[in-house]
Amino acid sequence: MILTASWFMILAAALFSIGVAGVLIRRNALVMFMSIELMLNSVNLTFVTVSKELGLIEGQVAAMFVMVVAAAEVTVGLAIIVAVFRRRTSANVDELAELKG
Amino acid sequence: MVEAIVFLIFAAVAMAGAISMIGARNPVYSAVGLLATMFSIAVMYVLLDAHFIAAVQVIIYAGAVMTLFLFVIMLIGVDKSDAYGTQVPAQRILTLVVAVGLFAAIALAAGSAWVTGSDMFGAVDLNGTIENVADELFGTWMIVFLSTVMLLTIAALGTIALAYFGADVEDEEATL
Repeated sequence: MILTASWFMILAAALFSIGVAGVLIRRNALVMFMSIELMLNSVNLTFVTVSKELGLIEGQVAAMFVMVVAAAEVTVGLAIIVAVFRRRTSANVDELAELKG
Repeated sequence: MVEAIVFLIFAAVAMAGAISMIGARNPVYSAVGLLATMFSIAVMYVLLDAHFIAAVQVIIYAGAVMTLFLFVIMLIGVDKSDAYGTQVPAQRILTLVVAVGLFAAIALAAGSAWVTGSDMFGAVDLNGTIENVADELFGTWMIVFLSTVMLLTIAALGTIALAYFGADVEDEEATL
């Protein structure tokens, strides 16, 4: 058994699909947010795999930038969740339906 | 051979962590499942010779981001009742179909590209040390790096503004 790039790619695709399923099935804002983090991580894994496969360091730099953006996104997103929770005492996204006509 | 065994073990851990994350009713268990997945992905980075990215993965994701998640879960409490909430009919089955379909689509669409490139895997010597990554990051991508600095500053300001003005509105409502 020799490790090839497709093993990592299959794992990344599977993790991404699980993240999509998590966003679709869960109604807790926090768990949906964690699923988004999982999707970002799986994309990072493909970046680093391709970087290894092609011998280019740029893939790892791209993964670095994705991590920075994800960190910024987590701070703002969690602040919004806490702000919403303080006004409605619930983290259920179905209750935020004021814009519904 | 050893690498393949390590890969299989940690791929199994990553999948188990991810599935338990979307399956657990208690958000704390979800966070722990995600933590296992993040650590396994760090091991994958080591297998891919991306040592610096692996260290960053453990420090930023497993350290900072997951701690932040656990703090927020602690702040807003755990309510298991709305774990799945009200659902449209057959939501779970539809979700399963969408997820499996997406996986199959990615595997089919990208499969040919992986197979053609797989001969090259590891042929080019690439070592993701701090030095190599930093040469690229502070050379070609300096402007992009500086914009991420700006992004992080703005995100920090936005978080402070959300916390500050959110409290303000609450006080106004209390006095009305």
